[in-house]
Amino acid sequence: MDPVLVAKKLSKKYGKVVALDNADLELYPGEVLGVIGDNGAGKSTLIKALCGAVIPDSGEIQLDGNKVSFTSPIEARKLGIETVYQNLALSPALSITDNMFLGREIRQKGFMGKFLKFLDQKAMAEEARKRLSDLGLLTIQNINQLVETLSGGQRQGVAVARATSFGTKVVIMDEPTAALGVKESRRVLELIGEVRARGIPIILISHNMPHVFEVADRIHVHRLGTRLCVIDPKKYEMSDAVAFMTGAKEPPLN
Amino acid sequence: MNKISDDISKDLKDQPKFTTDIGEKDQDHHSFDLGEQTTLKKIQHFLHGNPTIVPVIILILSVIAFGFIAGGKFFSAFNLSLIVQQVTIVGILAAAQTLIILTAGIDLSVAAMMVLASVFMGKLSVEMGIPTLPAILVGMISGVATGAFNGLLVTRLRLPPFIVTLGTWNIFFALVIFFTGSQSIRSSDIEVNAPLLHFWGERINLGGFVFTYGAFLMIGIFIFLWFLLNRTAWGRHVYAIGDDKEAAELSGIRTDRMLVSIYAVAGFVVAIGAWVSIGRVGSVSPTSFYEGNLDSITAVVIGGTSLFGGRGTIIGSLFGALIVGVFSSGLSIAGLDVLWQRFALGCLIIVAVGIDQWIRKVSN
Repeated sequence: MDPVLVAKKLSKKYGKVVALDNADLELYPGEVLGVIGDNGAGKSTLIKALCGAVIPDSGEIQLDGNKVSFTSPIEARKLGIETVYQNLALSPALSITDNMFLGREIRQKGFMGKFLKFLDQKAMAEEARKRLSDLGLLTIQNINQLVETLSGGQRQGVAVARATSFGTKVVIMDEPTAALGVKESRRVLELIGEVRARGIPIILISHNMPHVFEVADRIHVHRLGTRLCVIDPKKYEMSDAVAFMTGAKEPPLN
Repeated sequence: MNKISDDISKDLKDQPKFTTDIGEKDQDHHSFDLGEQTTLKKIQHFLHGNPTIVPVIILILSVIAFGFIAGGKFFSAFNLSLIVQQVTIVGILAAAQTLIILTAGIDLSVAAMMVLASVFMGKLSVEMGIPTLPAILVGMISGVATGAFNGLLVTRLRLPPFIVTLGTWNIFFALVIFFTGSQSIRSSDIEVNAPLLHFWGERINLGGFVFTYGAFLMIGIFIFLWFLLNRTAWGRHVYAIGDDKEAAELSGIRTDRMLVSIYAVAGFVVAIGAWVSIGRVGSVSPTSFYEGNLDSITAVVIGGTSLFGGRGTIIGSLFGALIVGVFSSGLSIAGLDVLWQRFALGCLIIVAVGIDQWIRKVSN
């Protein structure tokens, strides 16, 4: 099976600091790839390069076998790489519907939409409700509720629903459970399962080992700006992963 | 919203009295949070969901209060319609100002922009003999251009809007003096050479209520902007940028381009205000509306729009402008010195911002 997303020999320097040193990454269809690494290992630069927030100095990115390059997250998104940022990038004072369609609004048909640019609020609300219930987020009753009235987990749900709604090929999730309580983290992990079940591969960056080990199919261990190894969470313990991450233990040969 | 408050009141009823039966109660932290829900909290939530309510209540209360203090004179059809006439210009400026403040910016130059646009209109049509309509068009272009200029400085140089517009306020004011040589264009000259400039000052009598055409135009501007803000993607993006600019950018909104367009639209609204102001004042005076900048901000703030952006309604600003009008009129009919009008207005601003801060705490 060919990978959906491939990063080859990505490098990025900030002055004298080497953030990425010939880093590779492969994401296969329908999988959840966990990305772990110590603080400063360069995993966030790697992810930023994949989602367009950082432009690598060298190396290449392939999507569905084609070489791609982008200079902003907007361009990456147009190609089907959606990112759920740690801060979620939602506007709390706007409604769920408004947030889901922010920057991609549906206009009314005919004169009202074409010349007066009126929004088709009904169509957007229906679509938003459908997307949310597809992901099992029926607990959100009122689609026109303001996002700030939602709990942290529900907000995450809205961000994920948005990320998976527009012809998405890859979803990158950055620390989705970092700000959440136990119950809500559970819900978000279920959500990751739902997205995978719909055939969209996910890159999951997290510091939370139990969460990564629970949902990831493979785990990419990042160390000193490059990929150290990829491990199967069923064959290794969390303590092994931490040992690889920190250099306390030699990584397995792939 | 209703659903939530229903849940809350249900939960409140279910709350154990003192600590007797806490053992069997659901003890997860959600119900703990709701347990602290007081009437005050409910009011806070309600106001948070309906930001226009505060200015409406203040307006109604102040009308009633001044009805008592100032007596029947205040309630006369003539006086009430006079208030509307008096707030027309500040109202239009406040409409423009609302757009800027919703983006978490502020525009100190709106009044100077307006006077500059009115100088172009008056100068070209009265003194240079250019037909009135093209002269008005030049004034409109001046408004859009000066607005866009502010927007470009804010986005390109990454300067805070406060500083940018503090600078352009002085620049525009200097241009006004330069073009006019500190001379007013007299009302009588306008009447002879370009009567069209006085159009919005024409009055219409509706059963004792005297309205200028300009007052209707002001209402029209507010309705138009309401649709723009609430029914178009452009309007939703105004809120998104003010709420969280970075999030808006990541959502695919070209925030810099949007900001320039917002400042330009505000400039257009200001330029309409310029035309209306000539009708209202009669003449074009380079030193008029010197306090218009701050008056417009006052109206917006009293109208419940947050200076931190993303929160507020355009209609609130109309009520804000009317509240200011009611206060000035009421206090002067009651025979109080002008200094007390300012005193009251100052208190009102502080109370309005205080209420806003309090309401905003809900989201945390």
